[in-house]
Amino acid sequence: MTKQATGPLGLLGAADSTRLFDAMQRGANRRDVMHMLAAGGMAAATAGGILGAAQEAVAQTPRRGGRIRVAGTSTSTADTLDPAKQSLSTDYARCNMFYNGLTTLDGSLTPQPALAASWENEGAKVWTFRLRSGVEFHDGKTLTAEDVVYSLNRHKDAAVASRARSLAMPMTEIVATGPNEVRITLDTPNADLPVVLGTFHFHIIKAGTTDFTTANGTGPYRCREFQPGVRSIAQRNPNYWQEGKPYLDEVEFIGIADEQARVNALLSGDIQLCGGIDPRSVRRIQQTPGHAVFETKSGYYTDLVIRLDQNPGSNPDFVLAMKHLFDRQQMRTAILRNYGVVGNDQPIDPTNRFFFPGLPQRPFDLDRARFHFQRSGVGGTALPVVCSPAAPNSIDMAQVMQQTGQRIGLNLEVRRVPADGYWSNHWFKHPLSFGSVNPRPSADILMTLFFRSDAAWNESAWRNPQFDQLLMAARAETDEAKRRQTYADMQVMIHNESGIGIPVFQSLLDGHTTRLKGLGAIPLGGLMGYDFAQHVWLES
Amino acid sequence: MLKLVASRLALGILSLLLVSAAVFAITSLLPGDAAEELLGQYATRETVEALRASLGLDQPAPLRYLHWLGGLLTGDFGRSLANNVPVAQLIGARLPNSLMLAGATAVVSVPLALAIGITAAMWRGSLYDRAVSVLTLSIVSVPEFLVATASVLVFAVHLRWLSALSAASDITSLAQFFRLFALPVATLCCVIVAQMIRLSRAAIIDQLRAPYVEMAVLKGVGPLRVVLRHALPNAIGPIANAIALSLSYLIGGVIIVETIFNYPGIAKLMVDGVSTRDLPLVQACAMIFCAGYLLLVTVADLCAILSNPRLRHP
Repeated sequence: MTKQATGPLGLLGAADSTRLFDAMQRGANRRDVMHMLAAGGMAAATAGGILGAAQEAVAQTPRRGGRIRVAGTSTSTADTLDPAKQSLSTDYARCNMFYNGLTTLDGSLTPQPALAASWENEGAKVWTFRLRSGVEFHDGKTLTAEDVVYSLNRHKDAAVASRARSLAMPMTEIVATGPNEVRITLDTPNADLPVVLGTFHFHIIKAGTTDFTTANGTGPYRCREFQPGVRSIAQRNPNYWQEGKPYLDEVEFIGIADEQARVNALLSGDIQLCGGIDPRSVRRIQQTPGHAVFETKSGYYTDLVIRLDQNPGSNPDFVLAMKHLFDRQQMRTAILRNYGVVGNDQPIDPTNRFFFPGLPQRPFDLDRARFHFQRSGVGGTALPVVCSPAAPNSIDMAQVMQQTGQRIGLNLEVRRVPADGYWSNHWFKHPLSFGSVNPRPSADILMTLFFRSDAAWNESAWRNPQFDQLLMAARAETDEAKRRQTYADMQVMIHNESGIGIPVFQSLLDGHTTRLKGLGAIPLGGLMGYDFAQHVWLES
Repeated sequence: MLKLVASRLALGILSLLLVSAAVFAITSLLPGDAAEELLGQYATRETVEALRASLGLDQPAPLRYLHWLGGLLTGDFGRSLANNVPVAQLIGARLPNSLMLAGATAVVSVPLALAIGITAAMWRGSLYDRAVSVLTLSIVSVPEFLVATASVLVFAVHLRWLSALSAASDITSLAQFFRLFALPVATLCCVIVAQMIRLSRAAIIDQLRAPYVEMAVLKGVGPLRVVLRHALPNAIGPIANAIALSLSYLIGGVIIVETIFNYPGIAKLMVDGVSTRDLPLVQACAMIFCAGYLLLVTVADLCAILSNPRLRHP
C-alpha cells in the first residue's frame, strides 16, 4: 500500500512530484504538465501514466469536517508552545497547527510565501519582506510588521534560551519600514535567509507575548487545550488566511513513545495517523485492511565516522578501503527493507534541489577495498567500531561491515554502547564510530553544522580551507544556477576527502488509515514535514 | 492508641524529610542540569549561563534545597523548570488519574484476591488449591509489559472490543469507562493479585493450624464459620500488610502500564521530571509516593491492631 500512497508519482522524486502537484492545484492544464515533464526529461509514455495518477489525486476534492487523533513519537512535560523552545519533532507538529512563519518550505525545501507575500534583497545582505495583508491572529488582532520584529528579535535575547539563537544572531538589524514591511540586515550575505525564516523556530507570534500556556498565532487551528505531556487539541480557525483551509474540524495531537504501542493504537483505530514507523512494522500495517504506510524520502542518514586526525583514519588508503567496503545495496534491502535510497558519501540527498546527480556512484568493490587496505598497512589488529541504538540502524550496519571486512582481512570489532549519553560521550570521540543526522532545511545549514573546518560537529575532523571559502561564496550567491554548481563542487570534495561514509539515506515512514487523504512529502521530516494538519482531510 | 498514631505521624514526617534530602542529593548527582537539558544540542556556554540564572540554578545546591523546603512549608511546591508551570498544577492534573486507576484496580483486585486466597486455604491440598498455586506463580512471573502488549494485540487490535489507549479525560459514560480502563486494570491485577492471594492463603493456613482452631473444630463449628469467624480476624494483620504493599505499588510503580496505554498518570510525570532534570517536579512526586506508602502502611498497622484484642488492649 506504500506504493499506492506515493502512487506512480513515486517514480518521480519527491521534489518533482510536489512541484507537479503544486502546478496542477494552481490550475496547470494537461499540456502545461506534459511540458514540465518533458522539460524534466521524462519519457512521454511514463508522463502519461504519471499525469493520470496526478489528475486522479487532484480530482479528489478535499472534504470539510471530521476529527482525527494523531500520535507523534514523544511526549513529556517539556512539550512547548513557545516557538523558540521547540526541540522535538512533536513540538514542530504541534506548533505548526497554531503558527505560521514568514515563509514555508515546499517538497524540494524551496521557500514559498506564507505570512510574507513577497521579498527582495540587495546583495543577499539587506532583505525586505512584504507581509500578506488581512491576516489575523486567533484573538482577532491584525498581523503587522511590529509582530514580526518582536518574533524575530526575541531569539537574540539570551534569557529566552532560543534554540535558533545562532541562526538569529547574524540578523544585525530587524526593523519595521512600514505597517506591512520588515527590513532585515545581515552581518554577512546569506541567500538562504528565506529558508532560515521558513524553519519552525521562526514562527510569528503577537508582539509582546511572554506567556505560552496557550497559543495565539495565525495558524490554521486555534488552541483549545494544551496539557504538556498529555495532549493538545486544535480547533479549526475559520478566519485562516488560506482560502478553504484547513479541512478538519479538530485535531487531537498526542505522543506515544513506544513504537509497538503506536502501531497497536493505529491498528485498533484509536489514532488515525502516526509518525516514526519502523520498516519492520510496515508489513503488519499493510496487511491490516484500511491502513497504509506513507513514505517520505529524505536526507536522514546514519553515517560511519572515521576520524582523520587519529589512527587508522589518518591514512587516506584506510578511509578509501572503508568507503568501498559498504555493501550499500544490501544495507538498503536488508536493514531498511527498501525504505531508503543508496547513498554516495555526499550528505545532500536526491530530494534536495542542490543534490549533485553527476557524481559517479562509489561501488561495493572488495578488490579495491583490499588494495587500499593492504596499502594502508593497518594489518589484522582488531579495530573497534562504536555503534548504538541512538544512531538508528548503526548496529546492523556495523555487523554487515564486520562480515564484509573479514573477506579482505580487516578485523572490525563491533562495540555496542547504550543510547543514553551516546551523543555526549561517544559520538565522534573514537577512531571509528557512527553518527546520525536529521534532515536539515538547507544545504548551507547542513554543511555549516557538519563539514566546515571549525564546525562544532565536524565529525571526522576534516579540514579544507577551500571548502570553507566555497561555503561562504555559495551562501552569498543569489543566482541559483551558480549556487548549484558550487554545491556540486563541495559535494565532490566531501565524497572524495572527508572521513564520512554515508551508505544509505533513510525514508521516514508514517502510518495512517486509508480514509485520511492529502498526505504529501516534505523532506524536513515525517508527517508531511510536521505540517500535516493544514493539508489532510477525511474521506466520508 | 492515640499515642501510637502520633508517634507514627512523627516518624512519617521524619522519613519524608530524609527521603526529600536523598532525592535532592541523588538528582543533583545526575549529569547535566535543567538548563543543559532544555537547550540540548544547542547549548552554548553563554546561553546555558543565562538560562541557569533565570531558573535560579546558579545558587548552591544546599541553599536551593532549603529554599524548596521553605516553600513546601507554606504549601508552595514551586514551579517546573521545564515549562514554568506551577508543580501543584501539573500534579493536580495527573494525580486524580493515577488515583482513579489505582482505585479501579483495588476495587477489582482486593475482593478477588481475598476470595481466592481464603477458599484456597479452606480447601488446601485439593486440586483447586494446587491449580491456584500454579496459576498465580505463572502469572506473577510473566512481566507486565508482556501481559499488556499481548492483551492489547488480542482485545484492541484483533477483536477491537477495547481501546489500546487510555485517557481519563475522554470518559463520558460508564460503558466508555469500561472500554478504556479494562485493559490497564486487568494488567495491573495480574501483577498484584497473585501476590495478595499467596500471602493471604499462607496467613490463614498459619492460623488454621493453631490449637484454638482445632478446639473450635472439635466443638463442632462448621468450616466456613471457622475460617471467617475464628481464623480470619487473627490473619487480618499480615493480610492488610500484603494489601498495603501491593496498593502502594499502584501509586508510583505503574510506569510500564502508563507508557503502554499512554495513560497520563503521575509515574510518567516523574520520569519526565527526571529526564529533564526538573528538580521541583521530581521532589514533589517523590514526596507524594512516599506519603502514600506511609499512609497505606500505617492504615494496615491500625487494621492489625484493631482486629487483634491483644494489641488493642495491651
